[in-house]
Amino acid sequence: MTAPLLEVEDLRVRLRTPRGPAAVVNGLSYTVGRGETVAVVGESGSGKSVSVLALLGLLPERVATVTGSARLDGEDLLTMSPERLRQVRGPGVGMVFQDPMTSLNPVLTVGRQLVEGIRAHGEVSKAAARERAAGLLAEVGLPDPQGALDRYPHELSGGMRQRVVIAIALANSPALLIADEATTALDVTVQAQILDLVESLQADHGTGVIWITHDLGVVAGIADRVLVMYGGRCVEDGTVDDVLERPAHPYTRGLLGALPDLAGDGGDLATIPGTPPAPTDLPGGCVFWPRCPVRGDARCETEQPPLQVVGAGLSKGLPHRAATWCTEGSAR
Amino acid sequence: MSVVVFALVQLVPGDPIRLALGTRFDQETYDALLARSGLDQPLVQQYLTWAGRAVTGDLGVSFRSGETVTSLIAERLPATLTLALASILVALLIAVPLGTISALRPRSLVDRVATVLSQIGISVPEFWMAIVLILVFAGTLGWLPSGGYVGLTEDPAGWAQRLLLPAVVTGVVSGSVITRFVRSSVLEALGADHVRTAQAKGLPRRQVFTWHVLRNALLPLVTVTGVQLAYLLSGVVVVEIVFSWPGLGQLALQAVQARDYPVLQGAILLFAVTFLVINLVVDLLYTAIDPRIRR
Repeated sequence: MTAPLLEVEDLRVRLRTPRGPAAVVNGLSYTVGRGETVAVVGESGSGKSVSVLALLGLLPERVATVTGSARLDGEDLLTMSPERLRQVRGPGVGMVFQDPMTSLNPVLTVGRQLVEGIRAHGEVSKAAARERAAGLLAEVGLPDPQGALDRYPHELSGGMRQRVVIAIALANSPALLIADEATTALDVTVQAQILDLVESLQADHGTGVIWITHDLGVVAGIADRVLVMYGGRCVEDGTVDDVLERPAHPYTRGLLGALPDLAGDGGDLATIPGTPPAPTDLPGGCVFWPRCPVRGDARCETEQPPLQVVGAGLSKGLPHRAATWCTEGSAR
Repeated sequence: MSVVVFALVQLVPGDPIRLALGTRFDQETYDALLARSGLDQPLVQQYLTWAGRAVTGDLGVSFRSGETVTSLIAERLPATLTLALASILVALLIAVPLGTISALRPRSLVDRVATVLSQIGISVPEFWMAIVLILVFAGTLGWLPSGGYVGLTEDPAGWAQRLLLPAVVTGVVSGSVITRFVRSSVLEALGADHVRTAQAKGLPRRQVFTWHVLRNALLPLVTVTGVQLAYLLSGVVVVEIVFSWPGLGQLALQAVQARDYPVLQGAILLFAVTFLVINLVVDLLYTAIDPRIRR
């Protein structure tokens, strides 16, 4: 078996906040293989975005302390030189950000923002880079890609801007694509187009994808594996089938239970009572116990449960793991 | 606006004719002069006459020297223009680097020193700073002349020497104000989401900074610089007096002392118009540098 594209080990992120130090990511380990899509799900504030920003060194240095390792093709992203990291950003890892309204520079044309990304990684003439930029915009399904090059972000709709952001991330054919809520702002038809685009890209280039989302529908559609985050930890991971069909962690079950059911009786939506813990004040023991509906084990409030294999899994070879003391009754 | 200018000037106590004639005069001369200057007319009438002429570019004749107000202003304009432009240059040379460095390292030693310095720059009275500089550079060291003005074409070296001290005084004051704006707008630009996008593209640091931080921080800077320039163009009275700089501020002050209404009105009107023109220029500049305003 070949080494995975990305190997994250014991990633920890501490942020200095006005309310004291915040443990935002607490020992996260996972891998992404070539051509594989890993979906990261969890509520807002579970550390999803911070954990991927940390990989690319995009957290403000003055407030963030990142430890652990994240090897991309064997090279540790967290310890490489700033110049090497710059070279990796783009061709190594492309990133799509959440908010299309603010993630483009308002005073530069779309074309310029694409072209500068292309030209930062190789000797490409302006004309050739422009040609390539137009091609990328066409690929992400932007109407009139030539014309769009000379438009400013405010002249485009939110959906069009998000496609520009995606085109920028794809501009250097990254080995790993990180999409942070990339399609949340788009309507479903555009979202489907983007998901198709990413899948064809994976087929062509063997791109590995980390897809951060709230949307379990998207997860079921594109992901190979799922990683469920809570309180800055991975509480459950496994193949899509394992995690969505037979969730082992009470939190995952809660998330799935909170999905509206079109065929249902239209009653109230199920919710998980309470709110996610503040990273400045994480509970001891299992991070989920204060909200857990099935807590009962003596260790829940005192001891952090390790991430352990809970079943052989539907697909052999890929483990299904969960960090919880109550593994019994894992079938929904 | 012209009404306000006119009314304010009329509020200045004192009788210009009496001042012009001195202590010994006869009633006949007084009446004749009063009639000639038009000051015996009702105020509304006076205003209409003045405003009517002003729109055609005729600002009247000085009570004191008998020259036209426009020629008096034209005579003083080069000096004020020179000082204002030199000051804004000094201000930007101080503010842009200092504000940027402060923003890049907030709460660092450089930032703290810059904050204290700009606070001092804003609070210290101009006349005091001017006098101290004269004492040091013109007095003790004897490097520079203490004041005066010569045209650039007559004596370039003397022009530069005489310009330096007043330009530094007004430049430091404006620069202190602008430094704060640069700091906060660069800080704001640094935190913008699109800067992260630029970094994630793998752009070199310098390119991220120039095109995604400074380029955006420039927008508010244009506004503040415009306001400061308008203020400088309205004649920095105190500095002009201390350095015997023959600019519009000095002209306006002399006009007040002599109750020379036409000159004073003309000068104030010019200041007001300058403000409007600069604001217009700033707005036009915005359309050039901010595509969101263009249509």
